[in-house]
Amino acid sequence: MQHVSPVREPLVTGGKTYHDVTQDVCRQVEAAPNIRWMAALSVALLLLGVFFYSVYRTLWYGIGEWGLNKTVGWAWDITNFVWWVGIGHAGTLISAVLLLFRQKWRTSINRAAEAMTIFAVICAAMFPVLHMGRPWLAYWVFPLQNTFGSLWVNFNSPLLWDVFAISTYFTVSLVFWYTGLVPDFATIRDRAKGPIAKVAYSLLSMGWTGSAKHWSRYETVSLILAGVSTPLVLSVHTIVSMDFATSVVPGWHTTIFPPYFVAGAIFSGFAMVLTLMLITRVVFKLEDYITIEHIALMNKIMMITGSIVGVAYITEFFIAWYSQVEFEQYAFINRATGPYWWAYWSMMTCNVITPQLVWFRRVRYSIPLTFILSIIVNIGMWFERFVIIVTSLHRDYLPSSWAMFSPTIIDIGIYVGTIGLFFTLFLLFAKFFPVINMAEVKAVLKYTVDNGPTYTGHDPHHAPQPATTHGVPASAPVNYTKHD
Amino acid sequence: MQDSPKYWKGIEELESSPEFVKNALSEFADFMPVKESHGTSDATVAPRRDFLKLMGFGLAAATLASCETPIKKAIPYLNKPEEVDPGIANFYASTFFNGQDYNSVLVKTREGRPIKLEGNPESPITGGGLSARAQAAVLSLYDGARLQHFAKNGAKVDKDQLDQEVRNALAGAGRVAIVSPTIISPSTKKVIAEFAARFGGAEHVMYDVNSASGLLRANGGVLPAYDFSKADIIVSFGADFLGTWISPVEFARQYVANRKVSSAKRAMSKHFQFETNMSLTGSNADVREPMKPSALGEAVVSLYNALMGGGKPAGKLGMAAAALQSAGSRGLVVSGSNDPAIQTLVTAINQKLGSGAVDTANPSFVRQGDDARMARLVKDMAAGQIGAVIFYHANPVFDHPMGADLATALKKVKTTISLNDRLDETGALCTYAAPDHHFLESWNDYEPKRGYLSLAQPVITPLFATRQAQDSLLTWAGSPTTYYNYLRQQWQGVLGGGDFAKAWDKAVHDGVAMGSALPAPAAQLEGTMDVNSAIAAIKAAKSGGIELAIYEKIGVGTGADANNPWLQELPDPVTKATWGNYVTVPRAYAIERKWEQGDVVKVTANGKSVSLPVLIQPGQAAGTIGIALGYGRTAAGKVANGLGENVLPLAVMRNGAISYTNAVQMEATGTQSPIAQTQTHHTIMDRKPVVQEATLAQYRENPKEVTEYEKVSTPDGLEKPNKVSLWQDYEYKNHHWGMAIDLNSCIGCGSCVVGCQAENNIAVVGKQEVINRREMHWMRIDRYYSSDAHKEDFEEKGKLATYAAMEDPSENPSVIFQPMMCQHCNHAPCETVCPVLATTHSSEGLNQMTYNRCVGTRYCANNCPYKVRRFNWFSYYSNEKFESVNGHMFTDLGRMVLNPDVTVRARGVMEKCSMCVQRIQLGKLEAKKQKRRPKDGEIVSACAQSCPTQAIVFGDMRDSESRISQLLRREDGERAFHVLDAINVQPNITYLTKIRNTDKSDFNA
Repeated sequence: MQHVSPVREPLVTGGKTYHDVTQDVCRQVEAAPNIRWMAALSVALLLLGVFFYSVYRTLWYGIGEWGLNKTVGWAWDITNFVWWVGIGHAGTLISAVLLLFRQKWRTSINRAAEAMTIFAVICAAMFPVLHMGRPWLAYWVFPLQNTFGSLWVNFNSPLLWDVFAISTYFTVSLVFWYTGLVPDFATIRDRAKGPIAKVAYSLLSMGWTGSAKHWSRYETVSLILAGVSTPLVLSVHTIVSMDFATSVVPGWHTTIFPPYFVAGAIFSGFAMVLTLMLITRVVFKLEDYITIEHIALMNKIMMITGSIVGVAYITEFFIAWYSQVEFEQYAFINRATGPYWWAYWSMMTCNVITPQLVWFRRVRYSIPLTFILSIIVNIGMWFERFVIIVTSLHRDYLPSSWAMFSPTIIDIGIYVGTIGLFFTLFLLFAKFFPVINMAEVKAVLKYTVDNGPTYTGHDPHHAPQPATTHGVPASAPVNYTKHD
Repeated sequence: MQDSPKYWKGIEELESSPEFVKNALSEFADFMPVKESHGTSDATVAPRRDFLKLMGFGLAAATLASCETPIKKAIPYLNKPEEVDPGIANFYASTFFNGQDYNSVLVKTREGRPIKLEGNPESPITGGGLSARAQAAVLSLYDGARLQHFAKNGAKVDKDQLDQEVRNALAGAGRVAIVSPTIISPSTKKVIAEFAARFGGAEHVMYDVNSASGLLRANGGVLPAYDFSKADIIVSFGADFLGTWISPVEFARQYVANRKVSSAKRAMSKHFQFETNMSLTGSNADVREPMKPSALGEAVVSLYNALMGGGKPAGKLGMAAAALQSAGSRGLVVSGSNDPAIQTLVTAINQKLGSGAVDTANPSFVRQGDDARMARLVKDMAAGQIGAVIFYHANPVFDHPMGADLATALKKVKTTISLNDRLDETGALCTYAAPDHHFLESWNDYEPKRGYLSLAQPVITPLFATRQAQDSLLTWAGSPTTYYNYLRQQWQGVLGGGDFAKAWDKAVHDGVAMGSALPAPAAQLEGTMDVNSAIAAIKAAKSGGIELAIYEKIGVGTGADANNPWLQELPDPVTKATWGNYVTVPRAYAIERKWEQGDVVKVTANGKSVSLPVLIQPGQAAGTIGIALGYGRTAAGKVANGLGENVLPLAVMRNGAISYTNAVQMEATGTQSPIAQTQTHHTIMDRKPVVQEATLAQYRENPKEVTEYEKVSTPDGLEKPNKVSLWQDYEYKNHHWGMAIDLNSCIGCGSCVVGCQAENNIAVVGKQEVINRREMHWMRIDRYYSSDAHKEDFEEKGKLATYAAMEDPSENPSVIFQPMMCQHCNHAPCETVCPVLATTHSSEGLNQMTYNRCVGTRYCANNCPYKVRRFNWFSYYSNEKFESVNGHMFTDLGRMVLNPDVTVRARGVMEKCSMCVQRIQLGKLEAKKQKRRPKDGEIVSACAQSCPTQAIVFGDMRDSESRISQLLRREDGERAFHVLDAINVQPNITYLTKIRNTDKSDFNA
């Protein structure tokens, strides 16, 4: 039971009925693929081809195919890794943290955001494996008993913590996502006509019947998983940041990294969610579910986390000055004014200055501006990782070893290739899976709208338009019995 | 039908029984006779059990066969040589002399293969040190580009046939000439003399690529022996005596003897260097002044006049004059010029000083070339007056300024014979090629200095169908003896009475002996000058425009060993450039002409030109450029061919000697060619925790203050960084290995770099990969220039501007060399971050790398503050990209040079300095066999061993009596410091602050 003020903006617009929700979401799954989807998938597959070629070159000839050198041992590989992991964070935040905080608006976007998380983590996971000199021995980083003697992993190494963090994160996210999908798979199963679809969705829905007991378990599991996921939102990027923070490299060795990385991850994650949602809602005609209010809310989160990141950037400089350590000081002076100044200032512009535009209501509610902003933030956050990794390494303690890094075509190919991998997975998801959580959206359909169209007949087109603007007086009790 | 011999496979075939004939055509025997115990009566049915048995057998056989590791030839000795034990190295004394630099060596062989050259500690001349070139010579033995058989016009020919033809040709040849670089072998000289006598007084012409003809002329045909340890004031006019001049290993040892300081001796020599290019010697000088080559002559005249009581010159030259005057016989002046006039004056100065460091009574023999004689020979050949010419290790078509003339002149010579080891630029133009053995396959003797003899002995059976050159000459002269017997005979005179066999064995064993066998050197073609005419000649010399100074590099040298990839990849000590030559240009001139580093410019002189990239060189004299000789080989082999350009045609003959300087014109070509440097940032950025320098005056005043020790703040006040630690310390119960590196003794020569490469099977990566900053050297020498900007300018000019200015070296900077390798930290940052424990700490203080366990995350390399870890980006031993540069890991021939005690690292694996753990292990095992503890000095790392100046001390820090323990005790609080002490990684390598004998250090202001 929850009391919601009738003056609040409704979460779903367009006077949708329960049936409409099912129709709107299942339409994509059941209809033949449209030309735009096919075109997008072709591009994604092309990029995936680039990925496979670049990976082949890397595996066959060695890491020498990349632009790394004796001084800069990580560059695009780990930049991309952190970038993708960061992007993944928004999904977990939306599905877990916002669930615990009872933010009902999350229901329209959580499915796609969680899918994004999983695909982003898959892309991210490519890099720790590919960046190894001998990736065929990647399983050695797991604490497996082995036949070679008493070899064991090094529990002091942040890279090992990464292994645990990322694998846990991926597993929990996957289970959470799948649990949410089960009722919707059942809906699609029930509507399915083709024999393959029937079998496939039957298997996927795992015998869901929608009984009260099922729903009860569903709710419980969701809460438990949300509880498990919430610390992961904080822990995963904290641990990723420790790859740097526990080192001795000036510019990496920074205690502020854990909160700074988590904020940055949410920042970039929301930017990516916005990028994807703005496209999906148009392509799949879901404007009534992913409303302008959603966009505005996500913009706000982006602005807040962006500001946290900005404060962190400034704090780093302050601490470098305050520490009076010449290596630290030089690392930051070099960041801002050295040979990679352009990367630093790209980062500052994209991550600190542009998100502040969201203070303007007009920007917050503008779809084109939001889209541009989200892309800028994605670029900025990539640069943030590049700046941290490359500009710290390229000029560290001994000036004799200072060097520059420039990427090769294979570096670029792998990065672009993971974008292809990501979009291939996302497009397949968007076509074959329900992109919006039907069950949960139905639960918030009457949020602030008490005289819902379900009371007035079966044909939605003849139903009186529900209140779409705030201030419309409620004519019925605001308390109603929810499905649960 | 022709009757061809018929062979039977066996008695059956001979008998040709019908059964045999039936089976002869079927390849396989009958079906396997497997019978079931309760078989069916129908024999044609394959029984089920048989089928299963056969299938099982087949499967197992196929599986086993595919599991089996291919066994490569490992053949035990049938008759084991007495002294060869598999797995145990044997050492044989020998001598390396390539016409340039003399080294007495010990050859380390494993199972009969020479794998490394080490310094011979018995030698009174080189004393256990070894130059980089000598270190690398072992690789040239396995060079596939060597000519592997006798040849006529490039085609293989039978040895006897060649001998016959050569004998006939020589018999009626008329004037015969033998061309060689300097020969210091008494027996070889005798062989040549006998050969010459046999062929009507054949002429033996010696020439040196980096000639000392002028010096010889100034001293009446002898090369004075110098002893730098006897000089307190050293003034050098362009003599790179620590790098390439006459006998660098010997000189470096002497020089450093008077540069080492300690609590027992707080004094050192003062070294002035006036030179054009920034040389290795100049970068070690206390006072250095860049000068145009034309001004160097003037400077010598001024110095001469000043010492003769004339006017005192201004500036640094005046300081040098005053210092020399007060030093008297403890002063020494040397000049690298090949101008007899300048050398005449230098000799006069040393005589005036009565310098005790110059010894003309027991002269050096390592430069005997007479430029005038060689020039005359080329003219005679061009005039068709020479009937036959023999080139013995001489490649004048490439390495003589008149090479092009010589190539044309050779067509006029009827019989041309090359004894060179390959069909090089000269050899390819000769009719006959009778390739000489490598020196590791040969017997020979040497007398580098009067009274000092040494021997070379073969340490491997000749790899190819070659013949020792002396044997060839003996054969052609019709002598029945072999050179070995000939040599022994000669030595009977040297070793004198008593038991010759015993004395001979001892000489061969030691590699060195005292005595003299070399005849007095031939007088120079042109006589000495007197001082006044020398002054007049110097004054008459004009300077014009931009002056080129041709110099020799430490690695590739004269280019004779250019096909050696270790030398090509050895960074030049000063420019840090590898793989090719370039034009060193002063910064101001580059700015004036708007040239950037790597822009290709065309340098023209004598109507000839070379196009090479620009390298901006701090310390290069204004109005001058420098280009290294030894590059631009076209017929050396696939490593060296096409690298750089040959600058020697730009040299001229002046005063009857080759002048390595000339006026040139320069123009930009508009193209770019990157220079492969291993270090691209050149200044120290005022980072005192990295490297420290102080002046001698400061050191004498208060040795406790020459080194700045960083302290960290604790609740109890300022403390040493290692007092505050989160980590537990290791306990070293048995040994604790460590190293101390004296920056005062390190001259930056790079010998340790090649020594380490040879010892540890380090891959060569080639030019492009060096440009990509991926060289694999475990041991490198960091070179820092001083800058005009210092931290003191922060207040005035602001931090940003000061840091930017600090990146630019001074116009004439001070230079510090710092050998850098794995510091074997006790709190190693690499060890904590490896996820799979591939790098761990040993119970003896070593930071160990387990290649097999490494998955290659490179986290350790990122986290290494010293950036000493090297990653195997490619499979350097099988990726075709590296076949030309790292060829010795690709062929069975080349792989013979690999050290079997050290793994060749696979692709994707991290590697780094192991402190020669294989040597430590060997030393410990030897001691254990004898039931004792290892003795100090018994175990020594390859770098410490090869160092000509003993700058590196390796030892057990747990042994309180070891050299390193004593050194650290003595220097603690004075000069001993750890690099980056404040980050508290606690290295096991200690450095000793550099002390410079100057008024003010240019570093750290």
